[in-house]
Amino acid sequence: MAQQQKRMITNRVAFLEQKVPAYASVLGIVGLLAVWEIIARMGWVSPLFLPAPTTIVTDGWAMLVNGEIIDNLFASLYRIVLGYVLGASFGIIIGLLLGFSRWADAIGTPVVYSIYPIPKIALLPLFILWLGIGELSKVTIIALGVFFPVVINTYSGVKNVDEMLIKAAVTFGSNHLNVIRKVILPGSLPMIFAGLKLAAGTSLLLLVAAEMIAAQQGIGSMVLHYGNLMITSKLMVGVLILSLLGLTFNRTLQWLEKKLLPWN
Amino acid sequence: MKVVIEDVSKTFIDSKKKEVKALENINFTISDEEFIVLVGPSGCGKSTLLNIVGGLLSPTTGSVYFEGEGLEERTPTLGIVFQEIALFPWRTVYENVVYGLQERKLSKAEQKEKGQYYIDMVGLTGFENAYPKQLSGGMKQRAGIARALAIEPHLLLMDEPFSALDAQTRTIMQEELLTIWNRTKLSTLYVTHNIQEAVYLADRVIVLSRHPGKIKSIIDIDLPKNGRNNEEHREKFEQYADEIWQLIRHDAEEALKEG
Ligand SMILES: Nc1ncnc2c1ncn2[C@@H]1O[C@H](COP(=O)(O)OP(=O)(O)OP(=O)(O)O)[C@@H](O)[C@H]1O
Ligand SMILES: [Mg+2]
Repeated sequence: MAQQQKRMITNRVAFLEQKVPAYASVLGIVGLLAVWEIIARMGWVSPLFLPAPTTIVTDGWAMLVNGEIIDNLFASLYRIVLGYVLGASFGIIIGLLLGFSRWADAIGTPVVYSIYPIPKIALLPLFILWLGIGELSKVTIIALGVFFPVVINTYSGVKNVDEMLIKAAVTFGSNHLNVIRKVILPGSLPMIFAGLKLAAGTSLLLLVAAEMIAAQQGIGSMVLHYGNLMITSKLMVGVLILSLLGLTFNRTLQWLEKKLLPWN
Repeated sequence: MKVVIEDVSKTFIDSKKKEVKALENINFTISDEEFIVLVGPSGCGKSTLLNIVGGLLSPTTGSVYFEGEGLEERTPTLGIVFQEIALFPWRTVYENVVYGLQERKLSKAEQKEKGQYYIDMVGLTGFENAYPKQLSGGMKQRAGIARALAIEPHLLLMDEPFSALDAQTRTIMQEELLTIWNRTKLSTLYVTHNIQEAVYLADRVIVLSRHPGKIKSIIDIDLPKNGRNNEEHREKFEQYADEIWQLIRHDAEEALKEG
């Protein structure tokens, strides 16, 4: 009899579930910072172009202590939060309406789609003309930039709600208002959140642009100010704050989505 | 109280602007506590008819109405179990089951009592807080049945509720449905294309033909409601099944050719 042999069958797609240790995620960032620090310290690049991370941190600390950051951050937060909340609320409400009512759809949707492609920042001079150089024009431009991605996502969210669920709700006694509240709204929430996340990026962009064009205070004007003075390290502090702001924004939305969509 | 389906017809306009006669001249009555099963080949208009009776589609001609005493004071209610199940994904089993009760503004205590009663009845005890996504196909369908039963409707409509289930689950669910039905005795209109299922469940079987969907025959199933799958009834059961099959066969073959 021939020799019995054994040939193991191993999982050939094991690479799909490869485990990575937790520290790997900070490895890239720490490495980048270290290289950056070294380059700056060795004087290979002028600090005017690339200040060392440690310099940025110490400058940032000083600006935090003397209140400069707080003042500018609050000015920016006020604008972006107000603009975002306004734009998102209107976007959701109008989106639900456009999606639910045939009349509103026929009349409103062409309007929305014709204004949508305009780069919103181009409207800032017009808004300043209409609303003055104060907070209102900046808040409006942010609200407008948030409104469009939210309204369009909400609208398609509503259109994608399973018709069977609407029929089921009506069968079990829902009136129109409750159909919107209990079926269409939760049914379109995933799409609404997609819109809200998209809008978060847009709102940050518009905030900075508007502040650079027309503001005394705010992180955007702070960045521009130090750029003009060629104080690169303080400029970088502003950029760092903006990136942290964006990060916090995204995290908050993710957390909210988890809270509001436990069934997903 | 009975439900009357009178001279109902339905003509659809298809995408090529052609008229499609889905139903023609449909007349029958669902008596109190009667279980009627609609059978017919694919595309004969079963779902269309069920949707018209359920108030989810207007008939081209004819009407559907409740007839009985005391209809001025109360509006009769309908419970529908959908082929697509149609549970709300964002609601737990319990929240789905009490949906109709909430919309009828029952007190929290009543909701709790009735909701739990029907959840227990369909055997979903312990899954009250699960989301539909976390349930198996059979469990979802049971939740859908509980939701329809919970409002204690005057007429229960079911469109192929078990067609998505595997054969074993399906058999068990049919038995459970009968047990539940024996407790509630709701007037029921049930759609299926499964002949065995029709004979197993029905007091009367309505056979539809296709193009256009017309009532081909109405067959009284003269068997005791319980234990129809016992040996002693085997012969009669098969006779009924065969009778219905002979009625449908030609149409079903046609349906297959058309694809
Ligand atoms: N909205 C519609 N527009 C046009 N034609 C339709 C529409 N709904 C149904 N029909 C047509 O009406 C006929 C009956 O459809 P119906 O869905 O009632 O059949 P069914 O008996 O439920 O079939 P199945 O067993 O496959 O579910 C079919 O020919 C179908 O193409
Ligand atoms: Mg059907």
